[in-house]
Amino acid sequence: MLRLRGIVKTYGDRRALDDVSFDVAPGRLTGFVGGNGAGKTTTMRIVLGLLTPDAGEVSLDGRALTAADRRDFGYMPEERGLYPKMKVLEHIVYLARLHGFPRDEATARATALLGRLGLGERLRDNVEALSLGNQQRAQIAAALVHDPEVLILDEPFSGLDPLAVDVVSGVLQERAAQGAAVLFSSHQLDVVERLCDDLVIIAGGTIRANGSRDALRAAHAGRRYELVSAGDAGWVRELPGIEVVRFDGGYAVFDAESEEAAQRVLRRAVDQGDVASFAPQHPSLAQIFKEVIQ
Amino acid sequence: MSATAPRRRSVEVSPTQATWLVAEREIGSKLRSRTFVVSSILLVLIALAAVLWGGFSAGREEAIEVAAPADAAAQLQEVPGVEVVDVADRAAAERLVRDGEVEAAVVVDPGSPVGLTIVADSEVPAGLQQALAVQPEVELLDPDAMNPLIRYFVAFGFGIVFFMAAMTFGATIAASVVEEKQTRVVEILISAIPTRVLLAGKVLGNTALAMGQILSLVTVAVLGLVITGQTELLAGLGAPVVWFAVFFLFGFILAAALFAATGAMVSRQEDIGSTTGPVTYLVMAPYLIVVFFNDNPVVMTVMSYVPFSAPVGMPVRLFFGEAQWWEPLLSLGIMLATCAAVIALGARIYENSLLRTGGRVRLREALAG
Repeated sequence: MLRLRGIVKTYGDRRALDDVSFDVAPGRLTGFVGGNGAGKTTTMRIVLGLLTPDAGEVSLDGRALTAADRRDFGYMPEERGLYPKMKVLEHIVYLARLHGFPRDEATARATALLGRLGLGERLRDNVEALSLGNQQRAQIAAALVHDPEVLILDEPFSGLDPLAVDVVSGVLQERAAQGAAVLFSSHQLDVVERLCDDLVIIAGGTIRANGSRDALRAAHAGRRYELVSAGDAGWVRELPGIEVVRFDGGYAVFDAESEEAAQRVLRRAVDQGDVASFAPQHPSLAQIFKEVIQ
Repeated sequence: MSATAPRRRSVEVSPTQATWLVAEREIGSKLRSRTFVVSSILLVLIALAAVLWGGFSAGREEAIEVAAPADAAAQLQEVPGVEVVDVADRAAAERLVRDGEVEAAVVVDPGSPVGLTIVADSEVPAGLQQALAVQPEVELLDPDAMNPLIRYFVAFGFGIVFFMAAMTFGATIAASVVEEKQTRVVEILISAIPTRVLLAGKVLGNTALAMGQILSLVTVAVLGLVITGQTELLAGLGAPVVWFAVFFLFGFILAAALFAATGAMVSRQEDIGSTTGPVTYLVMAPYLIVVFFNDNPVVMTVMSYVPFSAPVGMPVRLFFGEAQWWEPLLSLGIMLATCAAVIALGARIYENSLLRTGGRVRLREALAG
């Protein structure tokens, strides 16, 4: 378990991070969401030891993080960086060897991983000859090749086409399934929503929401329901404790004052005719995000 | 890795191993650069050509072909630089001269002060004239003192080789440090290995390349001297050249650590000059000093002890036999101590500057951390 507690970082007068605390659990994908300048990259760089916090600490499995621990982390920096004139395979092999793998094993791992990421045809090309999207894939390979137990990825999906997003998502899910703790930031809220198990929302240097995706959704769910029934559902607005949000023939979306009020709608609807669907509506991540950062 | 692959933790890599890996990459990427390979080959060829040309032009004066009848030929036997073509008589000798087969003819002439007369076609053969002239004996009071021209060339040679190698590879190190910073690959590298290991690997790799170039130049120079038969000069150069190689090694490490450190202080290739400038002057200074002051014993002695100029100053003094046997050892000791101090300082600047991107890092900040 990677644990951040009370991290503070100040640049001059500006407090970039204020009492940032959250956990990244092994075997789970943790999405790190926030606007530009919210403090995501600063937080990640502090975890990697590239920046020193003014206060607070980062621990791994209950011990303060050491330089040796950090060297086992997989890291994808915000600003991408590989040697432009090195060949793709050679580059990833080099990084695997820096992490201590003998040449043969490093080569086998790099080849397999690059193949999995769709770069199997480009192994002998120079990094600079790749398109930006493919450089991004190579960058992901650089973070993953030594099979790290902790992965810190700054915007791993930016610049990828939808197919590549699926490939990378798949790879990250595999790593989590094997027990890695994965923290990744992203602006693509739909991807985060689909992919992550846990969520951390940051704004203005403070953590605004933090927990499992489902718990967050439940916590931010109002009592909004969707009803799809045969016949006209105009009667819904006359019921007490109900406020209709949208309405069209047999379709209605409404907010209920209480659970009982909602159940009254369902009973009435069944009396009135066939009910195709009646379900509470979960807020999307985008809605939760807007709500908590205000 | 697929989900079925066995999980294996990466093993801790030792600093030595990591240093070698970094050095290996530095060397590999340089050897694959066509510019580097071509310019190195050119440099070696130019050096070879210079040594061969020097050697052959020195040896060319030797054979002046001279036709002489038997009586004159007997007297010419002892004269150096003259090759005698035997002819029957004066008429035959003159015929050869007219035909251009020989440069001149020499015949016995009792009327001449040396007893010989030179017969030439249309030009006075000055070389032959001098060879046959009677000259007073010359006694030198300091027979070991070297020709000032040789002194200049030897000093110049050590100076330019050190200057060029230190500049070429020093600039390479600085550029590659900035490249890593500019492309941000440095963040990935130092999240995998300690900063000092990265620095050590870069210095080691480039030192190996520079030494490789120096050694190939030395090999070529020795080959050239052997081919052209200048073994005497070679014998005199042997020990100073070995000392030069040793001093060069540490002098280069010194310069390389400083180039890496000052390179790390900027974030863009365009800005390199603003921080590496002083280091450039440091490696240029010994070359300029040796060119202007190679005949000033005080300057040369001081120079042979100052760490930056010792790689040039000490071998020159050794070549001319002006240094005691213990002097290079003392100078080397000073050099090693300076090296250790400068590497510590350079590593500190490098560590503190590497992750600061944006503007130029001030020296005070880089040292304070």
